[in-house]
Amino acid sequence: MFKKILVANRGEIACRVMKTARRMGIATVAVYSDADADAVHVDMADEAVHIGPPAASQSYLVADRIIAACKETGAEAVHPGYGFLSENAGFCERLEAEGIVFIGPKPKAIKAMGDKITSKKIAAEAGVSTVPGFMGLIDDAEHAVRIAGEIGYPVMIKASAGGGGKGMRIAWNDDEAREGFERSKSEAASSFGDDRIFIEKFIEEPRHIEIQVLADAHGACLHLGERECSIQRRNQKVVEEAPSPFLDAETRAAMGAQSVALAKAVDYQSAGTVEFIVDKNRNFYFLEMNTRLQVEHPVTELVTGIDLVEQMLRVAAGEPLSFGQADVKLNGWAIESRIYAEDPVRNFLPSIGRLTRYRPPQEGRLGDAVLRNDTGVAEGSEISMFYDPMIAKLCTWAPERLDAINAMSEALDRFVIDGIEHNIPFLAALMSHPRWREGRLSTGFIAEEFPDGFAPPSPMAGERTVLAAVALAVELLRRDRLDRLTGRLAPHSGELKRDWVVRLDDDYLSVSLVEGMISIPLEMDIRIGDADPVTVRSSWRPGEPVWEGDVNGRTVAVQVRQILNGVQVAWQGVAANARVMLPRIAELDRLMPVREAPDTSKMLLCPMPGLVVSIAVTTGQEVKAGEILAVVEAMKMENVLRAERDGMVAKINAAPGDSLAVDAVIMEFE
Amino acid sequence: MKEVLLELERRRAAAREGGGQRRIDAQHAKGKLTARERIEAFLDEGSFEEFDMFVEHRSTDFGMEKSRISGDGVVTGWGTVNGRTVFVFAKDFTVFGGSLSEAHAEKVVKVQEMALKNRAPIIGFYDAGGARIQEGVAALGGYAEIFQRNVLASGVIPQISVIMGPCAGGDVYSPAMTDFIFMVRDTSYMFVTGPDVVKTVTNETVTAEELGGASVHTVKSSIADGAYDNDVEALLQMRRLIDFLPTSNTADLPEVECFQSVTEADHSLDRLVPDNANKPYDIRELILKTCDEADFFEIQASFAKNIVTGFGRVEGRTVGFVANQPMVLAGVLDSDASRKAARFVRFCDCFNIPIVTFVDVPGFLPGTAQEYGGLIKHGAKLLFAYAEATVPKITVITRKAFGGAYDVMASKHLRGDINYAWPSAQIAVMGAKGAVEIIFRKDIDDPEKIAAHTKMYEDRFLSPFVAAERGYVDEVIMPHSTRQRIARALRMLRNKDLQNPWKKHDNIPL
Repeated sequence: MFKKILVANRGEIACRVMKTARRMGIATVAVYSDADADAVHVDMADEAVHIGPPAASQSYLVADRIIAACKETGAEAVHPGYGFLSENAGFCERLEAEGIVFIGPKPKAIKAMGDKITSKKIAAEAGVSTVPGFMGLIDDAEHAVRIAGEIGYPVMIKASAGGGGKGMRIAWNDDEAREGFERSKSEAASSFGDDRIFIEKFIEEPRHIEIQVLADAHGACLHLGERECSIQRRNQKVVEEAPSPFLDAETRAAMGAQSVALAKAVDYQSAGTVEFIVDKNRNFYFLEMNTRLQVEHPVTELVTGIDLVEQMLRVAAGEPLSFGQADVKLNGWAIESRIYAEDPVRNFLPSIGRLTRYRPPQEGRLGDAVLRNDTGVAEGSEISMFYDPMIAKLCTWAPERLDAINAMSEALDRFVIDGIEHNIPFLAALMSHPRWREGRLSTGFIAEEFPDGFAPPSPMAGERTVLAAVALAVELLRRDRLDRLTGRLAPHSGELKRDWVVRLDDDYLSVSLVEGMISIPLEMDIRIGDADPVTVRSSWRPGEPVWEGDVNGRTVAVQVRQILNGVQVAWQGVAANARVMLPRIAELDRLMPVREAPDTSKMLLCPMPGLVVSIAVTTGQEVKAGEILAVVEAMKMENVLRAERDGMVAKINAAPGDSLAVDAVIMEFE
Repeated sequence: MKEVLLELERRRAAAREGGGQRRIDAQHAKGKLTARERIEAFLDEGSFEEFDMFVEHRSTDFGMEKSRISGDGVVTGWGTVNGRTVFVFAKDFTVFGGSLSEAHAEKVVKVQEMALKNRAPIIGFYDAGGARIQEGVAALGGYAEIFQRNVLASGVIPQISVIMGPCAGGDVYSPAMTDFIFMVRDTSYMFVTGPDVVKTVTNETVTAEELGGASVHTVKSSIADGAYDNDVEALLQMRRLIDFLPTSNTADLPEVECFQSVTEADHSLDRLVPDNANKPYDIRELILKTCDEADFFEIQASFAKNIVTGFGRVEGRTVGFVANQPMVLAGVLDSDASRKAARFVRFCDCFNIPIVTFVDVPGFLPGTAQEYGGLIKHGAKLLFAYAEATVPKITVITRKAFGGAYDVMASKHLRGDINYAWPSAQIAVMGAKGAVEIIFRKDIDDPEKIAAHTKMYEDRFLSPFVAAERGYVDEVIMPHSTRQRIARALRMLRNKDLQNPWKKHDNIPL
């Protein structure tokens, strides 16, 4: 086994790899860019080497720097993680030439699978079923339109070298095919330095199910079951699970066998993933093979008990696999939620900044369930614009699927992040979505169920009880404390005020305190309106971000944040601004005018911090609703901003190359 | 006998009606509360005791004798906020538009004197039309009587003004002499002369909001210390402010039970200051993580944002925070920031509130605009305020402390009690580039030499250790221990006894 390895990556995956290496007694070397000097993976490694400026193209993607770092530190092998150099055959060859081991497959396998067109040919030859599509190179947009017509719409236009949703477009007609081709081509060129594009049939109501394979250098090759990754947004995975609620044993075995056949066909060594698209009749088609460790590998680890990073290290060191296919048992259910720095209510636009608070839930056992959180950040870390906006991968395992989902719900409730916007409210709402809970999934799930994006749901009756009870508990403790402020004229009588009004957003709820001990721990019976009394118990202390306790016999974890004259309470994806008042104050409060938000309908605001790529209109130009106004790039994604309604451009305040803050006014209309 | 009691009830009911239901409804229609409703929302339930409910004006000019209304346009009295005494007066817009008569002024003066004598804060709610013109010089005299009491009470008891409607002419000067002014957005404005006079005199067309709305006074003029969306929000926040303040200059700091540990390290602070010295960070995060439960009452949040001022608590006791804000103009000291912080420091010193100062300042802002605007004297105000303050003063230098601004920001030399520096601190006359270009002017054309000099300068001077070697910094501390260190220092300083030489009063450069 290696004595020292270098991890050519950053963030959670670098930490993940080092964790296993450390357990195996292998010393670790981190690499970091200027933007990551304070990053967690740097702290975690035994040694760290600076490799350049923040842009990945000048640091994490520069093979020379990585190789120099290996030489400088004496690392014998490189684990590439995912992304960056993980599927770069040229890098593997360079390492081989330098006598450094690449912890992953051989260059030949990477090359064969790295190109989507070649990989399909090999797959077809190995007897793997494939999606109808055009395998050749496409000359221009008109050629693309012709091919799309031959395959039949809808078609998917993809970057040959791509992955992770970048350079990928769906076209439903000739115009979209033309535009999609141009756009994918330019994105592919800028993201991968390879602008080759291919087109294939777009399967409707598809599910994304992938098979984990593992092969050693001695000819052994087996599969570790599947992961379903159908919960995607714009082809970017959000929630994954293992096993899939859709597969039967027969389909699983068939997919497993084909995956192993493909891996053998390219002499695969290491962990890899064969991605399939599965239609509603459980027909499955090969999509691509990822010749690396997948982001979502933890769910497989949780149901198989196999540490994939350990296996990769052993295979790379030349050890044979110590178990066979029959030893692989799928036990229980695992779910992974990807926690992203993106604003769900602003159409999931990236949100960057400092994590002023980052308190993940405790890892380990949670009742019958197990909690795992793979992360590369700590409180105070910076989410920068240079890299992927993923903050953490929160995973739960339980014997049954619904238990794992419920555990995820509870874990998300306890996950506190401040300083940036994040998708936890969305994930929390997802966990209680009936269609998700029933497992009726497709890759269109998010688009279908949240067609207008995500709006935080308003609290329903049951949720209002919990939120109002928590708000009241918090407020009564606050008042109790102020009742003992020094300098009072007379000690407080100790008498409890019985009648309260809890304003939840714009709803005024009458709440009466039936019986109560306002202290830490707190116990009280309250009545909301004329409903039955509810018992509230908690040992929450002021200042704690999560209020944990019992409301009406149910254990809840509600996040509380101070706002002006109240608290924001958030639970299970539902949030409300709560203000607790005496009835007379509530009466006066109702007299207050409703304030209207400033009118921004005549402006185009920059939806996220980013760089203006182009402005498509000029001052005085008439535009129609839907017309392209500007393109803004953030986190390597081009975002096309379109006119919301017809109008005339009155003033343009930004120019290409400008770096804009969120809500900066790009242009104004008459 | 019973009839007499009923008569009292009848008179009280009539007085509480103020200008009548129609005017009360009109007040509500404007989104405003009445004077009595404001007092009710501000004070503890049932704690208000009204004085001079039956006072009426004595004017007989212009037919005024025919209209007399009990209370005469202002409601006065006292009550409690969380059990502590506060004197209040509220202009009643429903009675003669809240205009000030001789009798009205006497009512205000009475509570001012009671507040001073009984050493308790006084708060005024303004919503009025200025002087009652019919009373002529008697009204003007009334104003001056109020002004005089404001001045006598200044520095003895906290005085707070909340502008909740019009406040113009003579009415503006009493608030101007109180410690804090707050406004309600859209429904309040204050100016010396209104839009009509402005139009006549200068031919300038301007709305009341543009001339003296909350958006003007919290952002541009710095007349107001904060603004709120509506009356209820403002009144509840005034309760919160009162909870932070001692009742007088001889009273103890109010103390509330503290639940947040002061010994727990906060490692996120170790990553607060970016490696790149030109990259900003939000100093408010440090304030929020230093004070109890992130409960921070900011003063003048919208004005001179390059410095942050406000109240928090450490271990349950009030602390005044002053901090350079690297997010705005790199935290530079300019005239506005200096004035803002100076006034805040002096308030804290008046009322024995310890001051915690976080320093990250690149210096004073250069330029003609600043110099013509009197930066020298404005900067001197802050210097003066810190130097004369005898309250406990704790300073933490987080990053830059350059030049004269280092001296100003509660340095050891200005009787700082405890001066800490983070390891990232750079205490020097100026940054490396400027310093090297002056010291090594002869090498200016040799980039290699300049680079070497810069490196040498950075290593030697851009650290806390040169200052620490001289004792100008008492201790270099880990960022994660800041709250713990400050809490301990504040405990140690509780019995601090320091007097300035006797003087009639000082002569701060106004």
